[in-house]
Amino acid sequence: MEMVNRPYAKAFEDYAVRHPEVLCLSADLTSSCEVDGFRDRNPDQFLSLGMAEQNMMSFAGGLGLAGFRPFLHSFGVFLYRRPYDQLMASVAYPRRKVRLMGFLPGVTTPGGMTHQAIEDISIMRTIPNMTVLEAGDATEVESIVAEADTVDGPVYCRILRGSVPRLFDTPLKVGRMRVLAEGSDVLVVTAGIATEEALRARGALDRAGVSVRHLHLSTHKPFDAAQIVDHAVSVRHGVVTLENHLVTGGIGSMVAEALAEAGLAKRLVRLGLQDTYAHGGSRPYLMRHYGLDALALVRGVERLTGQSTGITEEDLSAVRVEAVHSAVKAEAL
Amino acid sequence: MRNERTTEDVARGIRRRVFEHSIRNNGGYLSQACSAAEQLAFLYNEALNLGPSTRPLVPPPFAGVPSAGNPDYVTGAGYNGPFTPEHDRLFIAPAHYALVAYACLIEVGRMAPEGLEQFNKDGSSVEMIGAEHSPGMEVHNGTLGIGLSTAAGLAWGRKRKGEAGKICVFMSDGEVQEGQTWEAVQAAAHHRVDNLWAVMDVNRQQCDGAMDSVMEVGDIAAKLRQFGAVVAEVDAHDLAALREAAGTEHAGRPLIVLAHSSPTKGMEFLMRRFPRLHYVRFRDEAERREMNAAIAAELGVPPVELEAH
Repeated sequence: MEMVNRPYAKAFEDYAVRHPEVLCLSADLTSSCEVDGFRDRNPDQFLSLGMAEQNMMSFAGGLGLAGFRPFLHSFGVFLYRRPYDQLMASVAYPRRKVRLMGFLPGVTTPGGMTHQAIEDISIMRTIPNMTVLEAGDATEVESIVAEADTVDGPVYCRILRGSVPRLFDTPLKVGRMRVLAEGSDVLVVTAGIATEEALRARGALDRAGVSVRHLHLSTHKPFDAAQIVDHAVSVRHGVVTLENHLVTGGIGSMVAEALAEAGLAKRLVRLGLQDTYAHGGSRPYLMRHYGLDALALVRGVERLTGQSTGITEEDLSAVRVEAVHSAVKAEAL
Repeated sequence: MRNERTTEDVARGIRRRVFEHSIRNNGGYLSQACSAAEQLAFLYNEALNLGPSTRPLVPPPFAGVPSAGNPDYVTGAGYNGPFTPEHDRLFIAPAHYALVAYACLIEVGRMAPEGLEQFNKDGSSVEMIGAEHSPGMEVHNGTLGIGLSTAAGLAWGRKRKGEAGKICVFMSDGEVQEGQTWEAVQAAAHHRVDNLWAVMDVNRQQCDGAMDSVMEVGDIAAKLRQFGAVVAEVDAHDLAALREAAGTEHAGRPLIVLAHSSPTKGMEFLMRRFPRLHYVRFRDEAERREMNAAIAAELGVPPVELEAH
């Protein structure tokens, strides 16, 4: 599996230099959000707004009113917790074309509670006029910049930084989910870093004879409930969701709402943070500790089917995760 | 659009209109008219280059909130003139002054008097707390402290585009209790946003009462200067002083005019209610009649004809 170093840095700069009405805003986390090189090479397109997210949010609303499309760079938590009122009044309500680039989603930061955006999808998807996207690999990080900028209104993006695996060879498209496997026993729905975990789990589940249907979401809102229901109809046992987020309000809730509204009686196992904060630690440690990794998914599938697979931790670490090529179709154009 | 009436006359008209509306509707934002009448009259009648209103004299009913499914949505900004590069923009940051702002729109011919009859009526866009779609409003400022930041962003963008129109914010002094106000001032100063200016109604009042009893804010002028603004201080009811202050040189920095006002100017009878002046309700019919007669006499206008009970 190819690892790509700092895919956001290059993608943002490539895009922004061709679009002068795009502005790069930062609240004192410029290098942490990989836009320090852009700042140094394009100072006229960069606005430093300091550690003052409330002002940054309303200021961005004003820039939107002036016809600019500001990209706000910060850690995801800082784009909604403190400036929530400003997000509502200055950005979301008036449908400003403000692009909120939220780095370090969920437990991808060792920074603990204050730095971990574990309820951002839940918050953002309840805001009227908001579009919510999440990148799950380097290709999606690269393509999310231009794709977010097509949205006629505000958009929040969960961005991965640093060394990011390349799983996909086709770009992220708003509203399009990826069908990564079309099995008939269990439907697995994942997004972000959980998708790589699910690919690892699938390698072992396939060998254990569990036929998995796997969907990868990169658009949380608008949510394609009809597609989810169609896929859920096609599996024997039910659905498992795995997310780098609280199970309340995120993918687990979205899928539950979709099944309930369709009147589809399928069991649902929701994996992710279970009504708890996380603490500071390494990503593999946190994913294991809070049950967000491949092993947790295997156990979740077992819970759903009522059958042990015999898969061990060693089996999972032996799985080679390969890039997903176009053998699996992207649908819901 | 300008100087058809003197600014003094517009200010008198604002007080009278808010007074009459409040007597008829058993209460209102009377004190805000007292403190801000000259400031809003000054901005609309002479200080700002707004251009003619682009909206109907009688505001149309509420037509839905902004959404992808509501492409015809418009804000109330058109009452302040066209959104064109050469024209100034005005944000009314304390949306609670809406009644006073609507009265001003009427006095300067941008809204029909009938428009005020829709005030706070269900289905109307002439809302009690000015919303984005309310006449003369352009953005939501009902959560206090966010207006200056939005204005600073718009001003930065306009400066970048080389547009001549300036951005003006009408602010209230209570907003200096909000941290965001200070974030906005420091950001505007840091980015040399000097096509931005504000008039702050320093009436020393807020919802709970006198500001000093709710949260002392100290020397606002000194604090603003430390955060990077150019500050001018004037008597809010002295139009000549307002004119001079608005002309203060402020290259490379935002200008904030502190307009020190009386919350009972022109309606001294309201001192009976001090320090609870934010929204004046009549305790009973007797007080309503007493206030009607007393304030009408102060304003030099006939009392409002009240229906018999």
